[in-house]
Amino acid sequence: MEAYLDNSATTKASEAVKDIVVKTMTADYGNPSSMHQKGVDAERYVREARERIAKTLKVDDREIFFTSGGTESNNWALIGGALANRRAGNHIITTAVEHAAVLQPLTFLQEMGFRITFLPVDEHGHISLEDLKRELCRDTILVSTMYVNNEIGAVEPVEEAAKIVKEYNPDILYHVDAIQAYGKYRIYPRKLGIDMLSVSGHKIHGPKGSGFLYIRDKAKVKPYIYGGGQQRGMRSGTENVPGAAGLGVAAMEAYTDFDAKIAKMRECKKRLIDGLNQIDGAYVISQLEEAPQIVSCSFPGVRSEVLLHALEEKGVYVSSGSACSSNKKVPVSTVLQEIHLKPERQDSTIRFSFSDWTTTEEIDYALRCLKELLPVLRRFTRR
Amino acid sequence: MFYKTFLIKYGEIGVKGKNRAAFEDALVKQVKIALARVDGEFHVWKEQGRIIADVLGDEGSCDYDEVIKELQTVFGIVGICPVVKAPLGTPEEIAPYVIDFLAETYHLKVDENWREKQGEELDGPEDSLTFKVHSRRANKQYPVASMDVNAYLGEKILDAFPKQVRVDVHDPKLMLYVELRDEVFIYSQIIPGPGGMPLGTNGSAMLCLSGGIDSPVAGWMIAKRGVTIDATYFHAPPYTSERAKQKVVDLAKIISRYTGPIRLHVVNFTDIQLAIYEKCPHDELTIIMRRYMMRIAEHIAKEDGCQGLITGESLGQVASQTMQSLVCTDEVCSIPVFRPLIGFDKQDIIDLSVKIGAYDTSILPYEDCCTIFVAKHPVTKPRLDVIKRSETKLDDVIDELMEKAISTTEVIEVG
Repeated sequence: MEAYLDNSATTKASEAVKDIVVKTMTADYGNPSSMHQKGVDAERYVREARERIAKTLKVDDREIFFTSGGTESNNWALIGGALANRRAGNHIITTAVEHAAVLQPLTFLQEMGFRITFLPVDEHGHISLEDLKRELCRDTILVSTMYVNNEIGAVEPVEEAAKIVKEYNPDILYHVDAIQAYGKYRIYPRKLGIDMLSVSGHKIHGPKGSGFLYIRDKAKVKPYIYGGGQQRGMRSGTENVPGAAGLGVAAMEAYTDFDAKIAKMRECKKRLIDGLNQIDGAYVISQLEEAPQIVSCSFPGVRSEVLLHALEEKGVYVSSGSACSSNKKVPVSTVLQEIHLKPERQDSTIRFSFSDWTTTEEIDYALRCLKELLPVLRRFTRR
Repeated sequence: MFYKTFLIKYGEIGVKGKNRAAFEDALVKQVKIALARVDGEFHVWKEQGRIIADVLGDEGSCDYDEVIKELQTVFGIVGICPVVKAPLGTPEEIAPYVIDFLAETYHLKVDENWREKQGEELDGPEDSLTFKVHSRRANKQYPVASMDVNAYLGEKILDAFPKQVRVDVHDPKLMLYVELRDEVFIYSQIIPGPGGMPLGTNGSAMLCLSGGIDSPVAGWMIAKRGVTIDATYFHAPPYTSERAKQKVVDLAKIISRYTGPIRLHVVNFTDIQLAIYEKCPHDELTIIMRRYMMRIAEHIAKEDGCQGLITGESLGQVASQTMQSLVCTDEVCSIPVFRPLIGFDKQDIIDLSVKIGAYDTSILPYEDCCTIFVAKHPVTKPRLDVIKRSETKLDDVIDELMEKAISTTEVIEVG
């Protein structure tokens, strides 16, 4: 049996996604910028995809810009947002638990002279709204928080944060990295007060290399990629028609029978957490009521990488929370550090992540494998 | 500039007496294999202590840089000379080719009246390019003595590049070689090759390849002496990952550019390792483990027809590489164990690793099976009798485990 429990890394593309990708690669392969009919046909796919996505967010089509994925969306939002507003100030606020695709562009901006504040988190990975309030200042131009933490599934108080930011100064841009949240939560940026929202296609059964950035109509953001002026000059480069079309279908599918899908993931999550709680020494990090698709758990005494490979031999695919080479004790996961997890727990953390296709049978199988492997692996540890 | 021919110089094999022809043939074969990786057609042949690779086709039919890069992987080559050819003729007829060659190679400006001048122009100023003409009458029918050819061409060169060059017969910056064969070979550059001996002239050996920095370098060094190599890697899933194995395959691929195809044996070592872990003193784990690795490597080596083992050990680098430890590992081997890095400092090894192009792959951070269970304080001066006694604790299981490890070995042909 196989249990693919690494859906927060990537998902399998759906049949409908595959079909439209193939179709736009082989039959309707035109360049949307071409004047002739082939171009018009291709453009229709991009437009349709944009409409489908806009509908899920209840925003205008014109506010959706296709990108090469989550990383580009985050880079664009941060660098484009900071550069467009640098006359207004040079202060940016983010959280200490962001993904590298947010932290690294911010490091770049820091080198360019911007001042970055990283909000600390509590043991569950949540920022404090009081901290946010305190850090906002006249120089603040941009606030960026994730919606769902990719490693532990913590849900940040996006709505409240938006309110605080906008009440302080409506000109401050509020960006949300929703890469692990889109398709798992109903997100309405306008209602919430979000100016920019990053989404990746392959986390929701869409194609890799696809993604989008929502930019609120009036938000002041500079383009990040320059060239032939596609997507109204905001994001040049021939549109990735198969990627956009596939993402459009994936977005539509994600929000079809939405509640049932979420309920199914929650059932898996509960079953897994219940099972893990029965395993001696297992320490569940993720909280039941948070993101439906992520369960992070540590198994002290077993290095996560070894457990991962042992599970892999049984056909169970997971992620290790902290890729840490034993030679050099350099934990890669800042998230697990930031929530002050004990070092032996950091070294032994595994992330299980579901999609709406995950079955309870897969969960049960994974639990069976864990129960079988853990005693053996614990016997052989570095003394 | 279009180099029609590459003249290949070799060192040691020139003095090998009766075996010389065999060595030369081996080198010709390896040159052909290396050039097969370059776009274009070549004719490779040997003549009077040289190997010559002619480019078949016109300018643009092969990439100069690629040819040099590939020839630099051929053990036995001491120097590579890119040659411009001229038809055989009198020194007067050869001179224009020499002048063109120098003008282009050294960005010199030709005096248009150089043909008419007869040496009235003196040497250029002190800081000008010093040169010497070195002609060689490989074709003994050629009617002019080489000293006279040198003098004539030297004069013409002075005439052609006034105020730019001067003669220095003792320590010239530019040594211009003019070889008079069926055609005239003109060259001035000798690009260094790796040296050593052509592959296939010195038996074969089994390299214990770990994925670190040392072992690929060790394999390269032994191969450089003309030895063809195979490799054994010890894999310990789930403690070592598929990526660690892929890294070893990649490393084998990198050194196979020099050593030719490598048969890589991947041995699943987990069960043996766990047995040692459970039954033997922990501080002796690494040394006992290495003894079993050597036993397995030797077994596979013999099956593969290899006459020796190669390891990347360097004296004192880690606990398992002290003199006492090496005595203990050596004791299980009946064939020679070559440790070409034994006297090298780590930095020397790193420099070589960079040079052969393995370093960037070697430092990828995947765990290898030597480190997963390593003790905090392993024995550094193991006593053979103590180690042997510890090993008896494995008596009931080890034969079966060894047999299983050997019989389940995966073979990957690399290169």
